[in-house]
Amino acid sequence: MSVDAKTVKRIGRLARIRIDESELEKYQSEINGILGFVEQLDEVDVSGVEPMTSVTPMSLRRRVDVVSDGGYPEQIVKNAPLSEDNFFMVPKVVE
Amino acid sequence: MTDLTRLSLAAAAKGLKSKSFSSKELTSAYLSAIEAANPALNAYVAVTHDTALAMAEASDARIAAGNAGVIEGVPLGIKDLFGTRGTHTQAASHILDGFKPEYESTVTANLWRDGAVMLGKLNMDEFAMGSSNETSHYGPVVNPWRATGSDAALVPGGSSGGSAAAVSAWLCAGATATDTGGSIRQPAAFTGTVGIKPTYGRCSRWGVVAFASSLDQAGPIARTVEDTAIMLRSMSGFDPKDSTSVDLTVPDFAAAVERGVKGLTIGIPREYRMDGMPEEIVKLWEHGIAWLKAEGASVRDISLPHTKYALPAYYIVAPAEASSNLARYDGVKYGLRVSGKDITDLYELTRAAGFGREVKRRIMIGTYVLSAGYYDAYYVKAQKVRTLIKRDFELAFNDGIDAILTPATPSAAFVIGDETLAADPVKMYLNDVFTVTVNMAGLPGIAVPAGKDSAGLPLGLQLIGRPFDEETLFAAGRVIERSAGIHFEPETWWR
Repeated sequence: MSVDAKTVKRIGRLARIRIDESELEKYQSEINGILGFVEQLDEVDVSGVEPMTSVTPMSLRRRVDVVSDGGYPEQIVKNAPLSEDNFFMVPKVVE
Repeated sequence: MTDLTRLSLAAAAKGLKSKSFSSKELTSAYLSAIEAANPALNAYVAVTHDTALAMAEASDARIAAGNAGVIEGVPLGIKDLFGTRGTHTQAASHILDGFKPEYESTVTANLWRDGAVMLGKLNMDEFAMGSSNETSHYGPVVNPWRATGSDAALVPGGSSGGSAAAVSAWLCAGATATDTGGSIRQPAAFTGTVGIKPTYGRCSRWGVVAFASSLDQAGPIARTVEDTAIMLRSMSGFDPKDSTSVDLTVPDFAAAVERGVKGLTIGIPREYRMDGMPEEIVKLWEHGIAWLKAEGASVRDISLPHTKYALPAYYIVAPAEASSNLARYDGVKYGLRVSGKDITDLYELTRAAGFGREVKRRIMIGTYVLSAGYYDAYYVKAQKVRTLIKRDFELAFNDGIDAILTPATPSAAFVIGDETLAADPVKMYLNDVFTVTVNMAGLPGIAVPAGKDSAGLPLGLQLIGRPFDEETLFAAGRVIERSAGIHFEPETWWR
């Protein structure tokens, strides 16, 4: 499988990364290079093989469903480029 | 006075405990060495001078009071991927500009608990994506090693290039590192240092900037096998804050170092004998086999038939997980923000400006293979292949193999700015061909310097172990280190 310039643009959009027109061709050729490289997996017979979900044989630990952390909003927003009253500030989302 | 920075971590810890020198003296010696070397090597992205001296003084007080920790007063470098409270933590990325976390990663907290001193944060490939430390926002790290008769700047490997270079050039007693596809072992091999990636789950991932969560593991790089054993013990341990952390007792790894290999069965996988493998690497491997045999191990040829599919499967799984993990860098919560006309514009412009090329490409590959219609063909398929890769190892271990010996890398360190590698990402990815299988299977792997090529550059061997049997790797790694009998010391051209 390979991708065309339009698809590269769409991927950029899905990934929320602005791709300039001038960069499309380079990304396209690099992405196709990698997709070509991974194509060799088609040689492998995976019928009846379970996809790996955990590399170590373990089941996910559970904890009691209670609040166990928090109460320090000023620390949470400390690194925000823009915040006010311990809220993150973003451009208007809802009109 | 002898140069304190040249001591092994083990010798430094001993000297501190016996009060032969203070942590303040040792720490000051390292800070001076960093000041002299860093303009040339670019190994540190932040030097925490005042913190280091304050921690050293506190260590000296604890030593005087008789309650020293196991690595009390030992100065370490920390990869920029580990969250360190109030201190530069940017994964060597522009998008995390100015980020100083309000928390401490479990691994570094464990090291401070045991008395270690932080010298600063170490350069790396951006978000640990790279094999040459050339993708860092802070520019490439220069390998302390140079080819005989040449002053061409070589890469230290990556992604933990700053860690490996700093250890090799005596700019810290040991360094933390992380390994997703070979990022501890390949730079260790390129710099004549020792690096171990422990079993997945041994070290907590909590507070470490995530790349590919099912593959990421922290581990140490240091100058001797014993030093890595000492460091790994401090770094390891169960952490309820990481759901994949394993609740197992951490052995005294250093106690296993001199255990020897008598009676062990070492597997030699035929699939690692790649076409066109340089004769020097083949020879190195043969030496390793002979050394282990001479010390009483038996050696057996084995087959790991899915080896060649590990790298292509990795380049689906790792970017897929990365595209998800790196979604959090949005210009809102931390780091860089580029304003836009609306929220989507802000996201797109911030991420376009903040991520480097390699990172963007991997996020895009990951986004593509996870997108509707392609998920089964790429991601599910790769995870099935991963099951087969792991099964190969399980069959070998069930058949009585105790550890597997392979080369660590297909070549020695290459020059910074290599054009063929820059032009073809897949060629650069081949650096990890011997190491990436280990991450895919969650196994422990150690790289030990074992020889030099004709240009005098270090070459390493890798040992792969059973899950949670790092002890055998330390024992066998020590045999290789001792049998090679080489002091891997670069010429100090940088000061």
